[in-house]
Amino acid sequence: MADSDHKGMRTPFGRVAHLGAARSGTRHFWHQRLTAVADIPLTIAAVAIVIAMFGRNHATVKQILSSPFVGIVMLLFILTSVYHMWLGMQEIIEDYVHDERLKIATLMLNTFFSFTVGFAAVYAILDLSFRV
Amino acid sequence: MADSVAPARTERPLSPHLQIYRPALTMMMSIVHRITGAALYFGTLLLAWCLIAVAAGPQAYGAVQWFMETLFGRLILFGYTWALLHHMLGGIRHLIWDLGYGFGPGEREWLTVATLAGSVALTILLWFAGYLVMVGI
Repeated sequence: MADSDHKGMRTPFGRVAHLGAARSGTRHFWHQRLTAVADIPLTIAAVAIVIAMFGRNHATVKQILSSPFVGIVMLLFILTSVYHMWLGMQEIIEDYVHDERLKIATLMLNTFFSFTVGFAAVYAILDLSFRV
Repeated sequence: MADSVAPARTERPLSPHLQIYRPALTMMMSIVHRITGAALYFGTLLLAWCLIAVAAGPQAYGAVQWFMETLFGRLILFGYTWALLHHMLGGIRHLIWDLGYGFGPGEREWLTVATLAGSVALTILLWFAGYLVMVGI
């Protein structure tokens, strides 16, 4: 079982014991900031859109949401903010849930919740944009 | 130093945490940032519900409108607005800190107070604007 490519000082057991580097580096941190910056203008735009729909009837709200510009802004807002909250909740879980099984379960729930809410909202926008 | 008396061993916490530190505004606002983030996480359900209801038709949207006009619905929406704006302004403050600015004793306090005051003021302003839109101005 000689591992001639392996030049590091770690033992084979050390490499498989899940105690070393996760090989994901600063990706989580970076994506959190990336989506945070993107969400500054997108939140302002989304809030403005929501205010424009305040108290309006269904036909008007539908018309506003089905315009391409509004649809694209809302899609970008949903995708970036859902990814941002997925990362954020992961961080909260990893900070406070110490039981390994419960942690894995809540991390899974976090992913299920984020994807469900995200895709549902995206589906609604696409439906409003493309349904004749 | 053999004759010197060894100082009494003081019991220090090994890993200082929230209950050890004296509460500071920056610390409180850091906690509030996380709480508003978690609240917005579940608040996204509200946004998804509204969008799906609009797509589903007038009847489903009517239910959303009914809920938003109840006192509870209004409170939820008001809280959601504040949490969103506060998390956004708090996020800008954290981005400033990420870049290495604003760490002076006066600056960090000023930034923290500005986020809180800004979020409250903006929330009131937005709701005022919302009501103006609603009455058709």
